[in-house]
Amino acid sequence: MSDLPPEAAALIGRPMYPETANFDVERSYAYNTLAATQNANPLFWDDAVADELTGGMIAPPTTLSLWMRPHFWEPGAVGEQVALKVHFDLKAIFGLPEAVMTDNTITFHEPVRPGDRISNQQVLQSISEPKTTKLGTGRFWVIDVEFTSQRGELVGVERDTGFGYRRGGS
Amino acid sequence: MTVVLTDVTVGQALPDLAVDVTPTTVVLGAIASRDWRPMHHDYKFATERNGVADIFLNTPNQAAWFERFITDWTGPRGRLGRMTFRMRDSVFPGDRMVFAATVTAVESDHVGCGWVALDITLTVGDRTCSTCSARVGVPTTSDDNPWSRRGDDWQP
Repeated sequence: MSDLPPEAAALIGRPMYPETANFDVERSYAYNTLAATQNANPLFWDDAVADELTGGMIAPPTTLSLWMRPHFWEPGAVGEQVALKVHFDLKAIFGLPEAVMTDNTITFHEPVRPGDRISNQQVLQSISEPKTTKLGTGRFWVIDVEFTSQRGELVGVERDTGFGYRRGGS
Repeated sequence: MTVVLTDVTVGQALPDLAVDVTPTTVVLGAIASRDWRPMHHDYKFATERNGVADIFLNTPNQAAWFERFITDWTGPRGRLGRMTFRMRDSVFPGDRMVFAATVTAVESDHVGCGWVALDITLTVGDRTCSTCSARVGVPTTSDDNPWSRRGDDWQP
C-alpha cells in the first residue's frame, strides 16, 4: 500500500505546467553549448553542411531543455526561477531540502531551429518509497517532459529522475 | 568523416575522448544550458548545502558532452535518436573525464533507417561517474542522410 500523501499522489499522471518559452531558439545561444563542449561538428558551424543535411541551421539536439529554461530574473518574477517545477513541488511536499538529478533519457524527434518557440508540459510518472543513499534519505521521482514547436511538431521527450533528500538520513 | 552503417561492427570501440575539467568547464556548461542552480557555480553552496566535494557538471551539459563524443565519431550525418544516462557520481573541477564507448548493436529498422547502439562510460580515474546508452541514426550508404527522415520514417 502506498505511503504517499494525497497531495503527492494526486500529481501522478496529470499534465502540469503547460508553458511556452518567452524567447526564441537562437543560433548565438546554441554556440555557448558548442563552445562549452568544444564541439566542432560542421553541421553547426558550416552553413553549407547545414543547408545540405538539415535544410539550414538546427540547434544541437541536446540543447532541447535549455529553450524552455526560465531567465534567472525578469520583471515581475518573485523568488528563484526554476525549470522542472514538479521537481521543486515534490521537494516542498516531502520537506526535502536537497535534490539531485540521477537519470536522464532524451528522445529526439524533429530538429529545433533558430526562430522556433518551444512549449512543454510536465507529467509526474512515479514516486518511490523512502530510500537512503550516500547523500541522505529521501525519495526518487520520475518526471516526463514533452517538448513541441510552434508548428505543433513533437521535437523531443525528456525523462528525468530526481532524488530529493535530507542529508544524513531522517 | 562520416560513419556508414556497413562500416560498423558490434564490439567496435570508439576513440576515447579525454577532457580536463576546470571550474570554467563546469560554470560555462551550466550557463550555456541556462541552468542557474547554485551547485553548478557556487562552491560554498555545493559543499555546505549539497554536501559534495565541489561544484559539479550539470545534467544538460553532460548530455551535450555525450553528444559531442558521439558525433565526433559519426560525423555530421549521425543523428541522435535516444540517449539514456545515469549519473552515479559527480564530475568536479580537477577531474580528467574520459569518455569511452563500445558498439552493442547495428541494425536497420522497418523503414530502412540505419541504427547503431552504443554503451558509453564517463570515468574519472577508477570512478565510473556516468553510464549512457545511445541509439544513433547513421547513413546506410554514403548518400543516405538520416536527417532527411521525418514523421513515421524516424523511429527513435
